Amino acid sequence: MPLLHIRNLHLAMRSFEGEAHVLNGVELQVDKGEVWGLAGETGCGKSVTGLSVSRLVATPPARYMQGQILFDGQDVLAMDEAAMRPLRGRAISMIFQDPSTNLNPVLRVGDQIADVAYEIGRHAPEVLGLTAQAGSAERKRAARQLGVQMLERVGIADAARRANDYPHQFSGGMRQRVLIAMALVGQPRLLIADEPTTALDVTLQAQILQLLADLVKRSDTAVLMITHNLGVVAQICSHVAVMYAGHVVESGRTREVLHAPRHPYTRALLAALPRPGLARGQLANLPGRVPDLIHPPPGCRFAPRCARATSLCEKETPASVAVSDKHRVACVHLDAEAHP
Amino acid sequence: MNALLHPEAGASVASGAAHARREAWRRALYRMRQSSLSMLGLALVVLLLVLAATGHWIAPFPDHITGSIDTAMRFKPPSWKNWMGTNELGQDVLSLVLGGARISLFAGLAVVLLAAAVGTVVGALAGYLGGWTDEVLMRLADLKLTLPGLILAMAVAAALGAGTVNMVLAISLGWWPGFARLVRGEVLGKREEVYVLAARALGAGPVRIMWRHILPNIVSPVIVKMSLDVGFAVLTVASLGFVGIGVKPPTPEWGQMLSTARGFLPDYWWAAIFPGGAIFLAVLSFNLLGDGLRDVLDPRSRR
Amino acid sequence: MLAYILRRIVLLVPVLLGLSMLVFAIGRLLPGDPVLLAAGPNASREEVAALSVEFGLDQPIPVQYWRYLTGLLHGDWGRSLQTRGPVLEDLKVYIPATLELVAAAMLIAIVVGILLGLLAAVRRNGWIDYAVRLVSLASISMPRFFLGLLLQLVFAMWLGIAALGGRFPLTGSPPPTVTGMLTIDSLLAGDWSALSLALQHLALPAIAMSLSPLATITRMMRASTMEVLQQDYVLTARALGIPPAKLLFKHVLRNALSSTLTVIGLYFGWLLGGTVLVETVFDWPGIGLYATKSILTQDFMPVMGVVLSIGTMFVLFNLLIDLLYGVINPKVQLR
Repeated sequence: MPLLHIRNLHLAMRSFEGEAHVLNGVELQVDKGEVWGLAGETGCGKSVTGLSVSRLVATPPARYMQGQILFDGQDVLAMDEAAMRPLRGRAISMIFQDPSTNLNPVLRVGDQIADVAYEIGRHAPEVLGLTAQAGSAERKRAARQLGVQMLERVGIADAARRANDYPHQFSGGMRQRVLIAMALVGQPRLLIADEPTTALDVTLQAQILQLLADLVKRSDTAVLMITHNLGVVAQICSHVAVMYAGHVVESGRTREVLHAPRHPYTRALLAALPRPGLARGQLANLPGRVPDLIHPPPGCRFAPRCARATSLCEKETPASVAVSDKHRVACVHLDAEAHP
Repeated sequence: MNALLHPEAGASVASGAAHARREAWRRALYRMRQSSLSMLGLALVVLLLVLAATGHWIAPFPDHITGSIDTAMRFKPPSWKNWMGTNELGQDVLSLVLGGARISLFAGLAVVLLAAAVGTVVGALAGYLGGWTDEVLMRLADLKLTLPGLILAMAVAAALGAGTVNMVLAISLGWWPGFARLVRGEVLGKREEVYVLAARALGAGPVRIMWRHILPNIVSPVIVKMSLDVGFAVLTVASLGFVGIGVKPPTPEWGQMLSTARGFLPDYWWAAIFPGGAIFLAVLSFNLLGDGLRDVLDPRSRR
Repeated sequence: MLAYILRRIVLLVPVLLGLSMLVFAIGRLLPGDPVLLAAGPNASREEVAALSVEFGLDQPIPVQYWRYLTGLLHGDWGRSLQTRGPVLEDLKVYIPATLELVAAAMLIAIVVGILLGLLAAVRRNGWIDYAVRLVSLASISMPRFFLGLLLQLVFAMWLGIAALGGRFPLTGSPPPTVTGMLTIDSLLAGDWSALSLALQHLALPAIAMSLSPLATITRMMRASTMEVLQQDYVLTARALGIPPAKLLFKHVLRNALSSTLTVIGLYFGWLLGGTVLVETVFDWPGIGLYATKSILTQDFMPVMGVVLSIGTMFVLFNLLIDLLYGVINPKVQLR
């Protein structure tokens, strides 16, 4: 059984102009130990998908029209808030994009990570190395200790002393490390990272990604890495799912998808990447715009921009078809041709 | 800067600013209509002002307002004849409340207008001239703000003697620093705007700049503060009346009516409840209106 | 940090000097001749002249001010015509009474206001939110003296569960005076019955005074809490499993408190000068009542004393609030 199985997820969001059909039948399966990249351009619904797994999308104004999110076989969408809370931090953890706004400015860093550890310890005391009989004072101490240990593991030097510092006393890269420590302190089975390196500069980016890769490999944590940057995918993701307008158009092992993309959108994305040796003005670009999600085009949402679109494409959203083990594509025009 | 080289550009920048202001007003009024609480406030305020202006004519017992009494009718509870009952002198409470509206409301308005006028002048001078004038004026305003307003108003009003005018003067004395600080801040902000620099480049003197360019643009925060303050000004007028300073009988004043009626609680509660309720209603209406105006005119405070 | 505190205290001096100058100026500008008042209607011309010299009114203004200032520092704040005693002695009795009232009112306003504001923000647009907003608006508009009367009517006259006025029953035995505040003195003396009596008398006036700041504090807390709830770090805390109660009271509250703190400081100062009406209604012997009686009898020395002491307390209290800021928000570097 996969650790995470998102089945035919449809999500609508109410806005001033109407109801936007944001997620259009998202299909995704993540197994233990896999590092999945969820890639796509801004507005394709990847962030909302990630937030949905942890039930952090406010409903209203959002509404899950159809589908299930099965974590360990249980449908997360059917759970209420009280049932979700023990999962957060312990089974499913999240990291967000901007380290400068994701830490509470008035609390010490050590306190913030100890808080997370303490709460997890309340229903999973083994994380703190304690039994269920342990009192709250003991738990607090253990939580603090664990917090400092995690800070060390993410590479914060002099962790015991720095735990007493406030977030504004850390640099951007260090803050992101702290957030990673907070997300991993509960030994989660699934880590959802929403653009964790976008706000950092390139050199830091590589470091943080490497840190993440090392940490999850040791603990066999599955990762869902949401990003718009295929370079990040190529660097640490074992698998990748490409999203467009609320639908997963292609998914599979990274090497296969990036080297032999089958969906026209994936191909266009890869073709648009700047490569060394290109002459000036040669940057390929994808014509057209993302569709209006309040009035989406019928059938395949990529059809209006697709060179290979036919009337068949407007009939219904294409189902994803397996072209090889684990490599799935949602297009009706699959042919034998493997290269663009 | 283009404004310096092309006078028409400077003028068009200024007229562009004027056009933007009109647009902003129109949009503001539209938004205001959307808020039912503000509309309620507006309706109530209008009603109250009408009642205050016409009080002497529509009151059922107008001579009670000017002081005549009717000892046979003392302490009658509310009835069809006297909707709000009668007081210890047999006077119709409803008539007195209507009569008192004039003093309380118009005095409150006068206080705010006077304070706004003085405060605007002081604040504009401080903001525009800056330097030493600014320091001195603002230190004065700040110091004044640390002193207890009500007590000072009471002391000054008592020293000046009875009468509405003296009371208004006394209260305004404590009210102007708030406006001064507001206006100073706004003027400081607008002083560096392009259209001001353009006007200066064209040779306009400080008075003209202030009058034509700066002041029209700071009207809305001043109006917001004025509308928010009227309610409290009315309250202050009533407070002075309650303590026994300001308007002297037989002129009816809500606070003073409340003070007299206090001695006859709990048996003859109507003589106190109705004037007190009138004060509450008046302040509430102005606050609703002021809140509505603020939500509409001051973009920073939008919920 | 210590350097900052010292510097702020030093800066207090010019402010307080300015205050004394302002009060002096107001005192001089008020119409009415203090000499004639002090001398009384039957004084002879020589007596009046002698008093003029004694008051120093023949001297130039700066000298008069200097006399005034040195008098203040030496404890001579003038004499009250109605109590026939030194103003400073009167103030020593009346100030604690007002402080007790204001402190009780602010305590109610802060505790209830913060809770209501938090609640309204968390249940945004729910019925609690609307109720709180409506009641807030009504509370600010309610005249304190009218509210006081209503409270007296309902709780003292009809229900009989609170006292009608005054600080302590005339037949009761008050605790020994330590701070001048009956509730604290009762606590210090361990006298529970005195404490209960003092509270019964304190309850209604404190509630009457608390309504207005309560409403404002509620509004401010609601606004700033709503803002904080939108912040990224709140989402992160939720995503990592922090339960709502802890989230609210530990992670959100401290961030939302800053702007409210300013309001609290302003209100405290404002209330100090605004107890006049409530003290009149409840016959509470504080500086408000003292000032009012003095004004009505044209006795201006006490009024000046009251005004100066309120101004001073206000300035000191604001300093305290500024220092508190540094504690609440570590990013504020007090330099």
